[in-house]
Amino acid sequence: MAISMTQAAADRVRSFLQNRGKGIGLRVGVKTTGCSGLAYVLEFVDTLNDDDQVFEHDDLKLIVDGKSLVYIDGTQLDFVKEGLNEGFQFNNPNVNGECGCGESFTV
Amino acid sequence: MALLQIAEPGQSAAPHQHKLAAGIDLGTTNSLVATVRSGEAKTLVNRQGRDMVPSVVRYTPDGVIVGDAALAAAIDDAQNTIVSVKRLMGKGYSETTALKQQVPYQLVDQQGLVAIDTAQGVKNPVEVSAEILATLANTASETLGGELNGVVITVPAYFDDAQRQATKDAAKLAGLNVLRLLNEPTAAALAYGLDSGQEGVIAVYDLGGGTFDISILRLRRGVFEVLATGGDSALGGDDFDHAIVSHLQQQTGQAKLSHQQMRQYLTTARQLKEQLTERDSVDFALPLNDCVYNGSLSRAELEQLISPLVKQTIRACRQVLRDAGLTAEEIVKVVMVGGSTRVPLVRQQVAAFFATEPLTSIDPDKVVAIGAAIQANVLVGNKAEGDTLLLDVIPLSLGLETMGGLVEKIIPRNTVIPVARAQEFTTFKDGQTAMALHVVQGERELVDDCRSLARFELRGIPPMPAGGAHIRVTFQVDADGLLSVTAQEKSTGVQANIQVKPSYGLTDEQVASMLKGSMQYARQDMQQRLLREQQVEAERVLEAVSQALKADAALLSSAELDNIQQALTALRQVRQGDDTAAIKAAIEHTNQLTDDFAARRMDQSIRHALKGHNVDEV
Repeated sequence: MAISMTQAAADRVRSFLQNRGKGIGLRVGVKTTGCSGLAYVLEFVDTLNDDDQVFEHDDLKLIVDGKSLVYIDGTQLDFVKEGLNEGFQFNNPNVNGECGCGESFTV
Repeated sequence: MALLQIAEPGQSAAPHQHKLAAGIDLGTTNSLVATVRSGEAKTLVNRQGRDMVPSVVRYTPDGVIVGDAALAAAIDDAQNTIVSVKRLMGKGYSETTALKQQVPYQLVDQQGLVAIDTAQGVKNPVEVSAEILATLANTASETLGGELNGVVITVPAYFDDAQRQATKDAAKLAGLNVLRLLNEPTAAALAYGLDSGQEGVIAVYDLGGGTFDISILRLRRGVFEVLATGGDSALGGDDFDHAIVSHLQQQTGQAKLSHQQMRQYLTTARQLKEQLTERDSVDFALPLNDCVYNGSLSRAELEQLISPLVKQTIRACRQVLRDAGLTAEEIVKVVMVGGSTRVPLVRQQVAAFFATEPLTSIDPDKVVAIGAAIQANVLVGNKAEGDTLLLDVIPLSLGLETMGGLVEKIIPRNTVIPVARAQEFTTFKDGQTAMALHVVQGERELVDDCRSLARFELRGIPPMPAGGAHIRVTFQVDADGLLSVTAQEKSTGVQANIQVKPSYGLTDEQVASMLKGSMQYARQDMQQRLLREQQVEAERVLEAVSQALKADAALLSSAELDNIQQALTALRQVRQGDDTAAIKAAIEHTNQLTDDFAARRMDQSIRHALKGHNVDEV
């Protein structure tokens, strides 16, 4: 089981963490909500929880709770630009369907 | 696929629930919009790749143009190209006589307020500002991929209520939800994170293109208070440019310049000024009678040219410190705002005057917008609870007049806003169906010594015995200091409310003298309060006993009735005087005499209530 990220995503995560001045890594996960069942979570992490799994990417830590991992195993996190907008995107092989907006999904 | 940003721990938004907020620096010359994404505050660039948008709006018969394209037409279509509209915000037509000579467009009177006659008809400053705000908000929603939930807009610390209200109106017209107006110097201080740093006095030196502002803030317990502001609304980096142009004219011997030449000279002057920030000497070339004039300008020469202007700003700093009753040594931090603070001479002089190295690490053109974005992010709810910024306090207590001309304080002074406080009041007379509410501001105990803010009435209270009605009065002060008072009778839900601007028209000196008065007269006020309270109590007892006698005098023997009547007369008499103890004694005497009477009335009403019912029913 593993989670990875692209170089572009890693560069941004590193700079955001530096800018924030604290935090041990980035939490990626899912929560049950939204029009299509599940939604992605992307947060800074200050403290680890008991069921957290940590994936190292160079000097960065990607942190996933055990429950989320089954939904996003094999996901690659990317950072993309679309016009003026920019942000993170989950390339998740487990996804079966997304809601129209792409903010939530089912597996 | 929607693009995601990194949230603070536990603050991830549900899908479609992203709280998008932006900070807007609505400047006289340029405006910017900024936002916090993945914990980082940044100004946003528009489709042209620029984050600084000239605060210029051009009205053509076909439409409205904002920003660089409008600025480009400022000379050719000066009549319809509105520059520096910020100077007109919230101003009456009569207040702008001096400006009429300076602006190239036509000012007109719109019901007493100033407006501008354009190719699209008469436009007021609120409408013009709304165009700028809408343009910036567009950039923000395009960048963030969604509609904005709210914005924080910065205004100069010296803006009065009318100017602030005009700014809020402009935002409303642009379809924006204003989370808060923020003072520009406070925004700059927030950008540097000074709110979580050392407490003390901070100076914000803001030298823009056309204006100079110096503000003195005091930070205490996370709250910024503006102690004094000063400056010069007609001094800025543009004056530096003009000083250089005059020098260049001397060099080339061109006494008179055409429009086009002027533009060339100004561009050269600006380039020289900017390049001399990094270098000691810069060469330049200017066309001269079909030839080219080659010259150079050294930093020392530049400094000589602009030194009188910089000295002028330092004089204003000295003045504002004097106003605040402070010395330069008491300033713990100096924040630099505005592009002109990049000039090394400015930094040196400011550092020398305040005897401290000014903060310059954040781009001085962007620092205000960045501070506003940080504040907007907190206000919209993207930060954990403990991080909420405290920014403003109520300068004077807010309260309500109660019987006897006393003040019941509902929100004490120095309470951090926004805030809501409620208290219950009741009726004074039997069958009272209306209540007059008088909202006052101040620290004194008597209404006469406080400032009256507003009066309103609650009607439709159902008739009940005195003290039977429950009237809940709620005082709510929003983040902009706007007070709304609501009174609601609980059994029927009838309510009445009013809105007031408590700070309106009060200067710092007035606030200070009101505070001083409350301390000076503390003892006197307390005695007055005790007296009034006893007088009110006497009134209540007189009222209650008279009512009871009217209804049930038959329960008393004639001797008892006489005694009570005498006590009432005595009470009525001492009530007029100012002997608190005597009134108190007379009240107690009356109470004792009527104790038995009250008991008999109680028995009678119980008998009435039980008549015709058997024990099981009770």
